[in-house]
Amino acid sequence: MAELTYRDAVARGIAQEMERDPSVVFLGEDVGAAGGVFKATVGLLDRFGPQRVADTPISEQAILGAAMGAAMTGLRPIAEIMFSDFFAVCWDLVANEIAKTRYMTNGQVSLPLVIRSANGGGVRFGAQHSQSVENWAMAVPGLKVVAPSTPRDVVGLLAAAVRDPDPVLFFEQKSLYPTKGEVPDGEIVDTLGTAAVRRHGRDATIVALAAMVPRALDAADALSREGVEVTVIDLRSLVPLDVTTVATSVVETGHLVTVEENPRLCGWGAEVASIIAEERLFDLDGPIVRVTTPHVPLPAADALEDAALPSVARIVDGVRRALQ
Amino acid sequence: MTELQDRQPAGDPVGAIAAPLEVRTAIYKMMVEMRGFEKRAYDLFLQGLVKGTSHLGLGQEAVAAGFGAAMLPSDYTFATYRGHNHTLARGAPMAAVMAELMGRQAGLMAGKGGSMHLTSVEHRMMGSYAIVGAHLTIANGAAWSSKLRHAGEVAVCFFGDGTTNIGAFHEALNLAAVWKLPVVFVCENNRWMEYTPISSVTAVEHPAADRARAYGLDPVLVDGNDADQTYGAARAAIEHARSGGGPALVEAETYRHGGHSRADPGKYRPDEEVEAWLGRDPIPRYRTRLLGAGVDEAVLVRIEEEAQAAVDAAAREAEASPPPDLSLVGADLWADGGSSWRS
Repeated sequence: MAELTYRDAVARGIAQEMERDPSVVFLGEDVGAAGGVFKATVGLLDRFGPQRVADTPISEQAILGAAMGAAMTGLRPIAEIMFSDFFAVCWDLVANEIAKTRYMTNGQVSLPLVIRSANGGGVRFGAQHSQSVENWAMAVPGLKVVAPSTPRDVVGLLAAAVRDPDPVLFFEQKSLYPTKGEVPDGEIVDTLGTAAVRRHGRDATIVALAAMVPRALDAADALSREGVEVTVIDLRSLVPLDVTTVATSVVETGHLVTVEENPRLCGWGAEVASIIAEERLFDLDGPIVRVTTPHVPLPAADALEDAALPSVARIVDGVRRALQ
Repeated sequence: MTELQDRQPAGDPVGAIAAPLEVRTAIYKMMVEMRGFEKRAYDLFLQGLVKGTSHLGLGQEAVAAGFGAAMLPSDYTFATYRGHNHTLARGAPMAAVMAELMGRQAGLMAGKGGSMHLTSVEHRMMGSYAIVGAHLTIANGAAWSSKLRHAGEVAVCFFGDGTTNIGAFHEALNLAAVWKLPVVFVCENNRWMEYTPISSVTAVEHPAADRARAYGLDPVLVDGNDADQTYGAARAAIEHARSGGGPALVEAETYRHGGHSRADPGKYRPDEEVEAWLGRDPIPRYRTRLLGAGVDEAVLVRIEEEAQAAVDAAAREAEASPPPDLSLVGADLWADGGSSWRS
């Protein structure tokens, strides 16, 4: 067991898979010699060489096209899109090509590829380098969507994503890169589409993702001091979506609060809420509450960004509203 | 346009490679089959049997056929939504292609892709792509994979003149050149970007060839209505790529006989321009060339009759196929064969 940062877990996860499978290759902007702008891929170029760890120009379409063409001809690429905001300049490859090709070709083409990207806010980068765009991906059939919250999950879910036969978008929350956590020694391989119960309580269920998970756990501590015990579920994956774990908890607690970093409209919490409302309405003892960023771009100034993102206080307030 | 009539490949890095007579006969056969197939597809469209949209390559056959004849079976094709001919050129069965256009179970993709997405991995036809530009970057990926696997496969990527003005063209050409990828980019310049003359929206005269130098590549401009030229340029470019020389960019000047898509009659084009290009139809032109080279006319007549019979049989087979099984709606989103997204 070692304590690793979330950023070091990225490199460990990639290395674990490249070591295991010579068909795994890695490409992106500044990922090799520079070790990544977040220093999450340090050491990979030295270890695996420039054939398998490829620095690219600032050409997001070319990066994803190369990953797709390589995946359809026998490799298992990991592509990095430096900031998830940049998906907006290569969304054709993601949504029209990578997501649809297996279906359109009646299963002729397999695309075992992973697209990693630094997602989300909390680092004062402003509106074009801070978005949580996992909902964009969730809205497109044919993409698996994963967002780890701990260093251990970075390794295990990244390994699962690389081994998965379908395209996976892997969203790393950039404010989590310096956070630390225990990571077991040896190979770690997780299962996509499985949520993790991070804390158990009988009064309400909080469902969160990525950086909102530690924040929800802080809110749970605060609520516990008031005598309110909540379950915190780390969704980990939006597609596949582990409805079972959420529904089982809601049956026990009767209350559901979703905590989303993304702006309000069409956030993943709306999908979770609609499923629970449709299938578990009579197990609910109060309204479903969604805590989200308001429907605005993220401002840059620390005071403004902190006011926009869901805070511990807003999560606590959301649980109280759900329990009223 | 007459100046193109006898133009030799220009600026070619290796030199055009002449086709032996049996290859030329095979190219003629391919072109005649393509022509017969697409004419039938158009008839079936007018009858309401081919649904949705289709983009015909009538008049542009010499590009798909010349390159098809020059490729090895292990090479990859990436084409556009105007990709019927490129699909047939790789040996995909005519009946399956026709059935795909008609939305039938026997279609190449059981009707799930349609005319604009023809794909036959078995024939290394890695897809027809309907969003302009994307597939140049994807062809790079196949070439990169070939290079890393030391497989010796070349990716050949066909696209239209309009593609040269989209960002993905630049991204793909640059990366291919920087990584020295075994990929051949083939611009079919048919002079019309959908309904607009390419010359009116492009800063240079030759939309692909004039930009080759920007990527450190030699400009290659060929008469795309001359199958000997397209074959020669294809052989040279493909062998250059296969031998580790990096990418090539070939511009083939050609013309589509019909409109952009569906029932577009293409009336926006000047009559004299259409007339001139119809006079340079690659098929009768090549027929005359082969007769001049000593091929017995009876051989060509037999090719023409057999092609017609093959088209008839393919259309009959496609029409006899039922619509796709409705279970296909939820099939093959994922590699497990299904489309489930939740527990």
